[in-house]
Amino acid sequence: MRDLFRIYPVEARLSVVLFLMILGLSLATDTFLTLGNITSLLNNNAVNLIWAVGLLVVLIAGGIDISFAVAASVVQYVAAQIFMGIGGGSWAIGFLVAAALGIGLGMVNALLIHGFRVISIVITIATFNAFFGLLMFFTKGRNIYNLPDWWTDRIFIFERQAPDGSWSELNLSVAVMIACVLATWALIRLTTLGRQLYAFGDNPEGARRSGVNIWQMQIVAFGWCGMMAGIGGLMQVNIAQEIVPNALYGRELDVLAAVVLGGARLGGGRGTVVGCVLGVMFVAITQNGLNLLGISPFAFQMIIGATILVAISSSNLSFKLWNRSRDTEARLKENTT
Amino acid sequence: MTTVSDTAHALRLRSVSKTFGGVKALQSVDFEVRAGEVHCLAGENGCGKSTLIKIVTGVYTPDAGGEIELFGERVGTTSPTKARALGIAVIWQDLALFPHMTVAENIAFDEMVGVAPRLAFGGRYKGRVRKVLDRLNVSLDLDTRLGDLPIAQRQVVAIARALMGDARLVFMDEPTASLTQSETDALLKVVRTLSAQGVAVVFVSHRLAEVIDISERVTVLRDGKLVGVYPTDGMTQYRLGELMTGAQLENVVRAQDRSTALPVLEVKALSRHDEFKDIDLIIRQGEVLGLTGLIGAGRSELAHALIGMNAPDKGEIRLGGSPIRLRSIRDAIARGVAYVSEDRLSLGLIQPQSIADNTVISVLDRILGAFGLISPARQSRLVRHWIEELAVKIGKPDDAVSTLSGGNQQRVVLAKWLATEPRLLILDSPTVGVDVGARAGIFRIVRRLADEGLAILLISDEVSEVMFNADRVLHMADGKIVGEYDPHATSVQDLEALIYA
Repeated sequence: MRDLFRIYPVEARLSVVLFLMILGLSLATDTFLTLGNITSLLNNNAVNLIWAVGLLVVLIAGGIDISFAVAASVVQYVAAQIFMGIGGGSWAIGFLVAAALGIGLGMVNALLIHGFRVISIVITIATFNAFFGLLMFFTKGRNIYNLPDWWTDRIFIFERQAPDGSWSELNLSVAVMIACVLATWALIRLTTLGRQLYAFGDNPEGARRSGVNIWQMQIVAFGWCGMMAGIGGLMQVNIAQEIVPNALYGRELDVLAAVVLGGARLGGGRGTVVGCVLGVMFVAITQNGLNLLGISPFAFQMIIGATILVAISSSNLSFKLWNRSRDTEARLKENTT
Repeated sequence: MTTVSDTAHALRLRSVSKTFGGVKALQSVDFEVRAGEVHCLAGENGCGKSTLIKIVTGVYTPDAGGEIELFGERVGTTSPTKARALGIAVIWQDLALFPHMTVAENIAFDEMVGVAPRLAFGGRYKGRVRKVLDRLNVSLDLDTRLGDLPIAQRQVVAIARALMGDARLVFMDEPTASLTQSETDALLKVVRTLSAQGVAVVFVSHRLAEVIDISERVTVLRDGKLVGVYPTDGMTQYRLGELMTGAQLENVVRAQDRSTALPVLEVKALSRHDEFKDIDLIIRQGEVLGLTGLIGAGRSELAHALIGMNAPDKGEIRLGGSPIRLRSIRDAIARGVAYVSEDRLSLGLIQPQSIADNTVISVLDRILGAFGLISPARQSRLVRHWIEELAVKIGKPDDAVSTLSGGNQQRVVLAKWLATEPRLLILDSPTVGVDVGARAGIFRIVRRLADEGLAILLISDEVSEVMFNADRVLHMADGKIVGEYDPHATSVQDLEALIYA
């Protein structure tokens, strides 16, 4: 247990805070710990978590991606055109098309970053603007309501009726989210590629000297992030039942905040899928809790901002203090020998 | 020549040359390392040591005409991956490890870099990692993050990583540069274990005492040419230094009695919690006061208090007779205290900026012209003055500092601080990473500055440095001054025995 706090300090602390929040909200309200509330929490945050694990891979590899949310909008539009072109399509085709388009847009980022040796924040701010500008230009800002039926039909993977007659159900997006989370965990924890991603984010020059293929790392990181962006975009349409060109604009920062809260390091080399899940859950439960407690929704962003500040600065602070006390210990030990 | 058969050689180079552009970095050099031997490669910066290492490890291709033999086999061209497959490993000075990954992940990392991506489970390699650490006779927690380990243990991790790839020939580039004495001893023990198991180690270090201690033979290079191969039995630091520089070194005690001069700095009962305690010292005009002791004795911490970086808890600092309380480094500079930091490369210089800009960074207010803007004429006058004064070898003042050698960078740091016209100059380990020849040049400057009346505090953990360059020597241990010595009345050996006791 102590080891957990030492090796994953952010994740361990966040899970304690989350547990206390859940406990507090369960006692303070009689609406929080209900099947209906929990299923809707999961439904509402599935897409965020799909994006979050994609972004996590980029952060681990030492990069950042600002463009994935608008990339998801681009995927939605282009995919809609393709589905109309082929006269409908299906979920299988939908996943293939969305993932391929997303990977393609991720490749654009990877190619620019690697080709011009420009840091990812600059490139992805540029592609964020370029993707969004192109999208608004070609769609003239119009929404699409006329979508294939398979895309907008609700599919429930779980449903139950409460004694009072109200339904609780889980959407398909929750199943997709679970698949994406597991796949990302397998990629970064169970494969040599994952180890190389961590190493590359941690010490790029050291990784290069060890023979890590840098170009491959950028392709994997941004390709994965793009793929998750595409799949998340696909599922978001299923939830929203329409395509609105600027619907996802700004979501990238919410997701980034959640991932950083979950312990991913902006400099690369650190971050876990568990932390990512906890980060997204923390943001979701905070918002949900404030809602249930009847507190102004404006308090939400204030609290998220403050939490990021406290979480990040306190993890730095304790690290420093701990190091300092260890240095003194080491010095004392040396003096006695 | 030895009578040992060829197969007993880990490495054999015959008349290997390397030319960059028109410059001959290596000229027909022979070099051989026996299996299981600790062999030292010595020479000043730029003598061709790193070129040689990079040829053997496949980073550079040698000029045609030379021969390379690895473990008894002629090899043509090598590449880094080929060299690794042959059992050659390099432990770079900057380690090339991954601070956020665990010890086990670091040691096993090279196995993660393969042709095709595949699955990698922790349990699969942990057993072998443990075996490698057992071979080295060290115990480390495999799940600790590398960044949480002290630098000395990171070196051990780097060595273990090399062994994990079944290295039979290990190059270590200045592995002890940032280690304390006890850490160095521990590392040298690991190196001996390696060699006892038949692994050949090529050791590069600027610390000559260590070179003589650890290696059986030393190959000396100078200006890209082989000077010779010498057994370290009976070799002295002094003789090795001469071989490396090709010049007679002036290792004579020059201490002068300055006790009648006016005191510049007087420190009384200065203490800071956990760092140093009851420090009394006086530095007079024109005096070089040496301060030595083990790393961690509180020397740099004391220096930090003297330049206002950290406030002392109690005690008094008098500068030029009047008590002062320094609040910041700016405050110290304004009162005439200059500090050349231990970590020149990261703290002392702004590497990508020009030599000129680095020189004037602390005295920007003195080169202002009309309207309070920087006057280029004043700047270049000041820069030219100091470059000449300190004989810095540079191309143009506009070149980036990063293009200079270690010794010349150190002179630029000195120039930067001397431009502030200090009364007291604090030099903290001024020769770390500077080779033997350039060290002499720096100390000639120090001596001349003192003769001009500057008071100098010279901090160094190399006893010979303070013995030959200071007028008085203070020994610091556990945050206290434990002894004062007159260089004329003691010897390097006696003082070293006291300090390392």
